[in-house]
Amino acid sequence: MSAPVSLSAWIEGVGLIAPGLPDWAHGAAVLAGRDAHLLAPSVLPAPMVLPPNERRRASRVVRVALASGLAALEQAGMAPSGVAAVFAASTADGHNCHALCETLASSDQRVSPTRFHNSLHNTPAGYWSIATGAMAASQSLCASDASFAAGLIETLVQIHATNAPCVLIAYDAEYPEPLASLRPIPDAAGISLALGPRPSPRSLARLDIRLGDGAATRLGTPSLETLRTAIPALRGLPLLEALASARGGELNLEYLAPLSLHLTLSPC
Amino acid sequence: MTPLHLAHHTVSCCAGDGLEALRLALRNGTSGLRPYRIEGLGTDTWIGEVHGLDDTPLPAPQAGFDCRNNRLARRGLAADGFEDAIRRRIAHHGPRRVGVVLGTSTSGILSTELAYRQRASEGGPLPSSLNYRGSHSTYSLADFVRTWLAIEGPAYVVSTACSSSAKAYAAAARLIHAGLIDAALVGGVDSLCFTTLHGFASLELTSPEPCRPYDAARSGISIGEAAAFAFLERPADSLDADAVLLLGCGESSDAYHMSSPHPEGLGARLAMEGALAQAGLDTADIDYINLHGTATPNNDSAEGHAVASLFGTRVAASSTKGVTGHTLGAAGALEISISAVALAEGLLPGSVHTRKLDPSIPIDYVLASRDAPLNRAMSNSFGFGGSNCSVIIGRAG
Repeated sequence: MSAPVSLSAWIEGVGLIAPGLPDWAHGAAVLAGRDAHLLAPSVLPAPMVLPPNERRRASRVVRVALASGLAALEQAGMAPSGVAAVFAASTADGHNCHALCETLASSDQRVSPTRFHNSLHNTPAGYWSIATGAMAASQSLCASDASFAAGLIETLVQIHATNAPCVLIAYDAEYPEPLASLRPIPDAAGISLALGPRPSPRSLARLDIRLGDGAATRLGTPSLETLRTAIPALRGLPLLEALASARGGELNLEYLAPLSLHLTLSPC
Repeated sequence: MTPLHLAHHTVSCCAGDGLEALRLALRNGTSGLRPYRIEGLGTDTWIGEVHGLDDTPLPAPQAGFDCRNNRLARRGLAADGFEDAIRRRIAHHGPRRVGVVLGTSTSGILSTELAYRQRASEGGPLPSSLNYRGSHSTYSLADFVRTWLAIEGPAYVVSTACSSSAKAYAAAARLIHAGLIDAALVGGVDSLCFTTLHGFASLELTSPEPCRPYDAARSGISIGEAAAFAFLERPADSLDADAVLLLGCGESSDAYHMSSPHPEGLGARLAMEGALAQAGLDTADIDYINLHGTATPNNDSAEGHAVASLFGTRVAASSTKGVTGHTLGAAGALEISISAVALAEGLLPGSVHTRKLDPSIPIDYVLASRDAPLNRAMSNSFGFGGSNCSVIIGRAG
């Protein structure tokens, strides 16, 4: 059998929003073990790139996706309007879904047009392109708890196909009850990676991925390990931990059984 | 792009199960649409329903995946001997070398909608029978199909509204060309649910009559449901002349509005240009365009102007949604299959229900089906959120 195919890209910027990890600078200090992890609800900034009306109404998935994605591109020095984007999430806006299902089960079944278009899995991608003016292709995908790895694969495959940068925007947010009991996600969180096809002065690390079947790498800090398994987008935290500690090396991200995603991280 | 072989494909939609039923409906101009009242709204419209899904639950080992969308997926896999054929191809390639990339917009949300109704009438929690992962989850479609066929390669669902399953073709082709897999099960499944019926009605986009694409008096969509699948792999050294190849895909974003297309179809044009560039083809190389053509005033106008600006009146074009309805996330894959049937048959599909063409859209629109030699076809799919995808397929010989 031939050796497994490996794809590579350079990490140019990172966006992170998670409970107790308010942004990449602070999150990196926690992930590298320099600061303690103090659990606190995720802080989702209002998307200033949207017009005031849309900004006010922006849902939690839209906020987390736009904020973490833009942070990654800013660090990378990439203009959002020219970069293809891959959005990976385990579901759409859970609060909107609940409200829609309640309306459809009520005596007055008229739904609002805004609720309807906000029910789409690709709503954050739509707002992203409207806010940034990006007319490049954008992808919105889902692989349940494996969505982070699926999005990372699609991002590197796109870079392989186009030889151009691409940003991965992985995010998730909670459902309210009663759906929360069926699908418990404790909070909103997002990890974004601005990736390029070749090294630049800003490159943080080279990333190589290939399909494998090793056990998923765990995080040493119990509160972080709990987050990794509780919020699908945070299945990517082991990659950020390796990046934050600048030690590089090999790790596995959870993917779809029997597969896992094998990563080799080489700091620049 | 190096062409890929649509080694097998099939569909189930309101026109029937399998390609023969589809071919007859296209040739004879028979519509699978029927009248439907949206209960609770009192709104009358037409829908394209696949019959018999209520009576065909998934068998025990896969009961956890049981929902309307996955029943429709199973129905589609069974048509034309598709499942048996691709089980052999999966064994040939090895299960880890086969990917699953499928499109859906609403997956099994109907199960949750019905559970909320039961909760509203009976009080208390959601019924314990509701299986989120097996039905509601956006990924449940690919999860079910990958499990059903014992595929072990990479998988995901593309969910970009009505461009979903066209983009699944583009994504699967990338995975093959990157070498991560040797073959992919691609396609899309979307099924009738209240979210889309009520949602499109709230936007006043459902038509009170069967949809009339590109008609001067068009008044909106007829929502349909479908499963459409294809098996993509690298072509063998020699192919039959009738074999169909995937030649190129183009994707773009409107960056304009969440539920209205760019008025001049700028994003649509970018997607069509992207597909031509990836296929290494010129507009003169395309013989037929299967339009997105939903029959809403804005969509057909925007798409029509984009097609006119790029192709003029040189290329025959039609929307087949009068036959199948608008099958939303399945529309891309369904209409790639329709385009493949058109190539294999040498058939330009007409536009059922369209009576008087919109004179403000200067394209060569096909009203009545007719025979014509066809070598290459483009299929357009555009979705809410401004997500656009065009796919070009062609005959091998």
